[in-house]
Amino acid sequence: MFKVHDIRKDFPILSRKVNGKPLVYFDNAATSQTPQQVIDVIVDYYSNYNANIHRGVHTLSQEATDLYEQARQKIQAHFNAKFSHEIILTSGTTHSINLVANGFSSILKKDDEIIVSALEHHSNIVPWQMLCERTGATLKVIPMNQEGELVMTEYDNLLSEKTKLVFVNHISNALGTINPIESIIEKAHKIGAAVLIDGAQSCPHIKPDVQKLDVDFYVASAHKMCGPTGVGMLYGKEEWLNKLPPYQGGGEMIAEVTFEKTTYAALPHKFEAGTPNICGGIAFGAAIDYMNTIGFDVIASYEHDLLDYATKKLLEIDGLKIYGTSKNKTSVISFNLKGIHPYDVGTILDKLGIAVRTGHHCAQPIMDYFKIPGTVRASFSFYNTKSEIDILVEGVKKAKMMLS
Amino acid sequence: MTIEDIQNEIIDEFSMFEDWEERYQYMIDLGKDLPLINDQYKTESNIIKGCQSKVWVHAEMKDDKIEFTADSDAIITKGIIAILIRAFSNQHPKDIIDANTDFIDKIGLKEHLSPTRANGLVSMIKQLKMYAIAYQTQLK
Repeated sequence: MFKVHDIRKDFPILSRKVNGKPLVYFDNAATSQTPQQVIDVIVDYYSNYNANIHRGVHTLSQEATDLYEQARQKIQAHFNAKFSHEIILTSGTTHSINLVANGFSSILKKDDEIIVSALEHHSNIVPWQMLCERTGATLKVIPMNQEGELVMTEYDNLLSEKTKLVFVNHISNALGTINPIESIIEKAHKIGAAVLIDGAQSCPHIKPDVQKLDVDFYVASAHKMCGPTGVGMLYGKEEWLNKLPPYQGGGEMIAEVTFEKTTYAALPHKFEAGTPNICGGIAFGAAIDYMNTIGFDVIASYEHDLLDYATKKLLEIDGLKIYGTSKNKTSVISFNLKGIHPYDVGTILDKLGIAVRTGHHCAQPIMDYFKIPGTVRASFSFYNTKSEIDILVEGVKKAKMMLS
Repeated sequence: MTIEDIQNEIIDEFSMFEDWEERYQYMIDLGKDLPLINDQYKTESNIIKGCQSKVWVHAEMKDDKIEFTADSDAIITKGIIAILIRAFSNQHPKDIIDANTDFIDKIGLKEHLSPTRANGLVSMIKQLKMYAIAYQTQLK
């Protein structure tokens, strides 16, 4: 039985005050909060195991290496990758995407095409634009509709023998739309194109099975799923990771170095140059354990309840418009009050202790589509409550009263 | 009045408010009231793009003093602009160059001038000073 008030006790930050009011944290799509169980692992690492990994013969180094590699195995099990060396630990989703984009520089040729969706975060647009600049390949965009869903018939039209790579987020950060990635992957594979799925927003809510999805690359960040910042992962099919050249040169990623020639280490170390975020990786594993102990089915169903409740309550406010109205969405509500700038609403909410995100959410093309400067985005996690949503609704009403 | 006199006057006014709501309501009302800039100056070259809100600034020299006009698409930002313009407009370039914005801290609006806030206000103040430096050079 899911008891939210017990869960909340795991998160020390949830009992603090902001501007004299109890914190209502609804910026979970930007970063999730960290449970004591994960904080303890971080403290334990620096108190008992701190050492550099993979090269020391001493006990501390061996223990730290074991913990780090155990974390990789936890991540492998969570995403159901075939091999643990298909999990590359990175500094986060952005790093993971850049690693793949850089690798494709040596594969793509002029006139090749790559396809992106209109719902992407800038971090899943800009690295590919840079890739196109380097290779002469062309970027094509799957458009969206008024509900904030991808127009799949247009996707069918964009696919051709020129298509080499498709990259789409699993869930839109700005609108919460869950994209039909199963069908996107299947169609791309029919014409021989590889697919990268940006899972930054899905992993807090869904447990993806990379083998079942048959996806080529899947990327995620720990800090969106109760882990620390500065660590994330890239899943890549073994054959793809073997095909891509290393991203950064340095220690750890080599087999042998002479001034004439260097041979690279095997996977996953080929892509992990330098001392990694050891503590972060171990804590990432602990965060996955924590979320699995609660259970992703339980999380998804509880968050869906919160979404339905908040949607209904917010829509009762006259002049409030929600952007992203797909039936298939996660617990993210992007909205505006008629004639009021989102920055103003966010500022008033902050004064009331309510943390929301305002602005374009690093997804300017979506804002341009709706012809708005940005939105107020409230994103809910399994540790939020309906009474917090009531506080948000009252806060929005107050902001409306003060600002109009 | 000197910039400092005006700033002290503003601090006095704000000291009468009892809580944040009164301060903000006053600022919002300032933002609503004023037509802060002539539409012809709301051009791309006068725009300061913050991540969150946009700010337009225009400067003109009149009798050795600079007259600033400005605007924003967000009303709280606009309210703060109204306060800044009241302090800095119709002053000699040198006084504008030498002036500081500590009074914003004293009236409890410090967070709006944080460089990470991305509302365009920090760049706007820099822009006011740049205009002052440019006009000062002309005067010499």
